[in-house]
Amino acid sequence: METSCEDYICSEIDPEEVKNKLISKYPAKVGRKRSKQITINRIDEEKCVPEVMANVRTIPGIITQRGCSYAGCKGVVLGPTRDIINLTHGPIGCGFYSWLTRRNQTRPNGPEDHNFMPYCFSTDMQENEIIFGGEKKLKEAIQEAYDTFHPKAIAIFATCPVGLIGDDVHSVAREMKAKLGINVFGFSCEGYKGVSQSAGHHIANNGIFTHVVGLDDEIREGKYRINLLGEYNIGGDAFEIDRIFEDCGLTVVSTFSGNSSYDYFKNSHTADLNLIMCHRSINYVAEMMETKYGIPWIKVNFIGAEATAKSLRKIAQYYDEPELTDRVEEVIVKEMPEVEKVRAEVKARCEGKLAMLFVGGSRAHHYQELFKEIGMRTIAAGYEFAHRDDYEGRRVLPNIKVDADSRNIEELEIHPDPQRYQPRKSPEEISELEKTGFKFKDYEGMMTEMSNGTLVIDDINQYETEKLIEIFKPDIFCAGIKEKYAIQKSGIPMKQLHSYDSGGPYAGFRGAINFYREIDRMVNSKVWKYVKAPWQQNPELAATYAWD
Amino acid sequence: MSNSVLKKKENYTPTTNACKLCTPLGASLVFKGISNAVPLLHGSQGCSTYIRRYVISHFKEPVDIASTNFSEETAIFGGGVNLNLALDNLRKQYNPEMIGIATTCLSETIGDDVAMFLKSYREQRIDQRLPEIIHVSTPSYRGTHMDGFHGAVQAVVEGLSNKDFDARSGHQLNIFPSMVSPADIRHLKDILKAFGISYAMLPDYSDRLDGALWSEYQTIQKGGTDISEIKNMKKARASVEFGKILEGGRSSGGKYLKDTFGVPCYSLGLPIGVRETDAFFKVLENLTGISTPDRFVSQRERLIDSFVDGHKYVSGIRAVVYGEEDLVVGMVSLLREIGIIPVLCASGGKSGLMEKTIETIVPEYQPLGISIRENVDFMDIEKQAADFSPDIFIGNSKGYTLSRRIGKPLVRIGFPVHDRIGGSRIRHLGYEGAQELFDRIVNTLIEKGQEKSEIGYTYI
Repeated sequence: METSCEDYICSEIDPEEVKNKLISKYPAKVGRKRSKQITINRIDEEKCVPEVMANVRTIPGIITQRGCSYAGCKGVVLGPTRDIINLTHGPIGCGFYSWLTRRNQTRPNGPEDHNFMPYCFSTDMQENEIIFGGEKKLKEAIQEAYDTFHPKAIAIFATCPVGLIGDDVHSVAREMKAKLGINVFGFSCEGYKGVSQSAGHHIANNGIFTHVVGLDDEIREGKYRINLLGEYNIGGDAFEIDRIFEDCGLTVVSTFSGNSSYDYFKNSHTADLNLIMCHRSINYVAEMMETKYGIPWIKVNFIGAEATAKSLRKIAQYYDEPELTDRVEEVIVKEMPEVEKVRAEVKARCEGKLAMLFVGGSRAHHYQELFKEIGMRTIAAGYEFAHRDDYEGRRVLPNIKVDADSRNIEELEIHPDPQRYQPRKSPEEISELEKTGFKFKDYEGMMTEMSNGTLVIDDINQYETEKLIEIFKPDIFCAGIKEKYAIQKSGIPMKQLHSYDSGGPYAGFRGAINFYREIDRMVNSKVWKYVKAPWQQNPELAATYAWD
Repeated sequence: MSNSVLKKKENYTPTTNACKLCTPLGASLVFKGISNAVPLLHGSQGCSTYIRRYVISHFKEPVDIASTNFSEETAIFGGGVNLNLALDNLRKQYNPEMIGIATTCLSETIGDDVAMFLKSYREQRIDQRLPEIIHVSTPSYRGTHMDGFHGAVQAVVEGLSNKDFDARSGHQLNIFPSMVSPADIRHLKDILKAFGISYAMLPDYSDRLDGALWSEYQTIQKGGTDISEIKNMKKARASVEFGKILEGGRSSGGKYLKDTFGVPCYSLGLPIGVRETDAFFKVLENLTGISTPDRFVSQRERLIDSFVDGHKYVSGIRAVVYGEEDLVVGMVSLLREIGIIPVLCASGGKSGLMEKTIETIVPEYQPLGISIRENVDFMDIEKQAADFSPDIFIGNSKGYTLSRRIGKPLVRIGFPVHDRIGGSRIRHLGYEGAQELFDRIVNTLIEKGQEKSEIGYTYI
């Protein structure tokens, strides 16, 4: 399905002009900053792309779609784990709003297996604690949670007031760990830390690596033992990926953190290979596991049938065993006919339509694959909380300027474990693989796979979103619940790629089929015929506007 | 089981599955109900993002709530600079008539003096035309979303009442409907119109949170109470304020207008069910001197007729009712009229007034075995609900897990309702609201019975 870059340019609209329109309404200083975050893509011969300013603080008063550090730590990374009690230390709002809202799915191993995901635990701080300190209440809350549920582990998440009033969640965690004899650990993920939820991902990675990974050294069964990192099992994505892995003969030691369990995390350092889906939220754990235990990591993508096949082949190439390579090919051959059948049918109705994706730290990239498979063109995309390497590729890492906001997030110093460090491949084997084009610890970023002339916009806000829609009139816009209804007000279907609009799975082969069908249903829904969009200046039509 | 308000023991702890939301959410809703107003939360951006996503998931409408985007430095050095920047940027992008600022836990904990920041903001821009800027203190560690809601109503009334002299005479009525659905607000307006009453309602988010598609992009959705109307509230002949708990408890917009400008304030229960709606209509009759228009008389007659038709399904049925205190009180009133026993009345609020207030509606609550509990979460509700063998749950979507576990159906009312479409169109108020609630409750019970039947009767 090769398509030349030039085909994708929306020829009648000049991207420079669009950019100017987007920033014209801002005060000069704001306009200057935004103009660095709005980039027109251009890939040169060396596959280099222009710089995008990313992971910088949002300007006050500009309505951002970003969340906070707490949301990234508790909501995103730790939230999907079923058997750790996640206790929010703070006033009630933070816990309430992160209560079962992300639609992560989980499948306990049996009726005895803990599943705390339907619960929301909070210390519900009151004024008294703000004034006199909340550590006492926190300890009581931990004790009560323990008495009621007897969990294997309890994690504490600090909200904005906690750090300010001087509550030390870590010392409370240590004390309660000693008292209860279960693992208790804290996260200083106060909402004001960092510039977005990205800071919270990093804090979560550090905590889970420090307090959980490596606690259980038993090497369990399985010939090809992998971890899947940055897959949160929204809408059952991880279940579909697990199904394919099982078919291929791959054993998942732990997923971080969709459908995960505390026990899997403890054991995850025994895997042969780490696979990264969402680079932004989880690359830290992969890096630390490599340094400490010698597990290499590779970037994969299971969003898109072609991408899934490509990622499976990459895994087979890593192991380089004919048995696995053959099995992977058999699975692809078995799965693809159904995918192709639906793809062809949907493509006939969707070909040439325009998509925009503004979501996450990986999804805006990964989902372009699925649109491409049904002939749709992505004309603008951006992340909510990513860093430059997610846009431009890891090659820019040495050049990223670390500002004060990121410096405040602790960078752990990791050394090889004296006993347990064991490189999974020898330097020779690695070099052999690399000669064939195989890439370890690499992510080329979103932009290298986007067409020339497309718009790349970091931390897009409500105002710019509306402007883009007005100018490009896309056929579908992908973002989250906050954007959904504003976009639909203008008569554009809007697909949520955070919660999937309660649909999914969209990963793997069956997921691709689901997605094709879903997009077909949305862009070709009859309802849009009844919406007179702002640019459809046709008075005769307006007069006949009616539901029939 | 004791029937007294069972308070959690002193210093007792974690809230598991809360039955309340945070204060700035309530304040944001009020600001959405004012024409050309933009809410601005002073604190971390996460608060406005979380609240937006929550409010949006219920109303299924765009909801812009700005933030002053605190960083670590702001948390240390104070939020004055961020507040100025946010106000400048909001004015430039949205050109609002009003900016409603609600503080968050963060700015409150560090002790930001927002009033002082605003004073100097205005002084520095003496030559510019500024929008109204109203500020309400809403730390989430003090009260629930209802306190944020009532606090914001009061702050807006106070902040705007003392402004410029308006030559117009006052309306007949100020109406403070409390946190009700857009459909409720529309119904109230319909009633007032039928009486020919001129009124100002605060807030009125019936359009902004349940609006039409756009023919052109709207930076601020149309609708909401005009600011000039709010400024004029002090000259009204009377105010009506819904909420018996509000009446007995905290300060409010209606009380402020009464104490400061001598505007008489009728504090009524939320008009849910016959009795409370009758009381509301009585006030309207007194104010206007005209009798209730025929169509409402007919609505009432049809409602009572349906009560008679349906009594066999509901009489003696046991319900668990939860949510905001005033909503629970209102529902108890309706449920008793139709013969349902609200065996457990629960709220995450803690006014200390729930039991006393429910006693005025159901004096025989003790012999009926009704338990009234404030300051509870869903864990407490679940523990206790099992003892009461309820037939039905009535409340917001957050009780679904519990109703599912106990195996009894849930009738969704109030906020949030994010597992059904039409949260903004649920009607609770007036005779028609009671009619809808009654029909839904009865049909839910019938459906449950029908599902259980092995034969599957189609004639019930």
